[in-house]
Amino acid sequence: MNRPLSPHLGVYKFMYTMSLSILHRITGVAATFGFLGFVWWLMALASGPESYARAMHLLSTPLARLLLVGFTFSFVYHFCNGIRHLVWDTGRGLERVHARRSGLAVVIAALLLTALLVWLGCAALAPGSTP
Amino acid sequence: MSLRTPLGKVLGRGSAGVGVSHWWAQRVTAVALLPLTAWFAISLVTHALQSYEVMRGWLGQPYVAVLAILLVLTLALHSKLGVEVVVEDYVHGTGAKTTLLLLSTFVHVAAAVAAVFAILVLALS
Repeated sequence: MNRPLSPHLGVYKFMYTMSLSILHRITGVAATFGFLGFVWWLMALASGPESYARAMHLLSTPLARLLLVGFTFSFVYHFCNGIRHLVWDTGRGLERVHARRSGLAVVIAALLLTALLVWLGCAALAPGSTP
Repeated sequence: MSLRTPLGKVLGRGSAGVGVSHWWAQRVTAVALLPLTAWFAISLVTHALQSYEVMRGWLGQPYVAVLAILLVLTLALHSKLGVEVVVEDYVHGTGAKTTLLLLSTFVHVAAAVAAVFAILVLALS
């Protein structure tokens, strides 16, 4: 079973758009685990104030915070790059220069939106925040 | 000249018979998730996360509960379709592939049921 397999990734000169492409799948799979965590959190919320407090306590550890930032980035990147893919599905924006420019825009947008969401989330969770 | 049968052309499903519907469902759920996830994420970080009471009060509203149920169902379906593509592309052994696809299906159905149940408990109690 050693037939030649396409695509022959090794023969292409590396372009950052390649990493953006595989990152769409990696962040998608990561977002799946984030979704499972989200369902666990919803169940804790539905189980009452004590279990919700326990869940939020668990989520306040440094490791959990780091994971939450990672899940946030995964979701936001997948969201932004997903729009790029949907535009491509209409046949637009596929020229090399456009694909590179939109890729750069997606990375910048994802980083900015992640920072904004994390900042707003921290502000909402901070004790003493008013409704 | 096309070698496809007239019926094949009308159905437009490709040689495997199912690929297009899978591809299309992934796009339909993607489009639906754009407003749903944006709305939910913004609501969470702007007010809902403040406390248990605020969160319950927010999710307890009928229209929020309905949109949240639509969100988790669409998310579960989109996630299931995506994982299937990834597993089919990178896992080559028939046994491992079938096991992972089965596991993914079970986990996604269980997650969807749990999420809908939790939202209904919050909305109806």
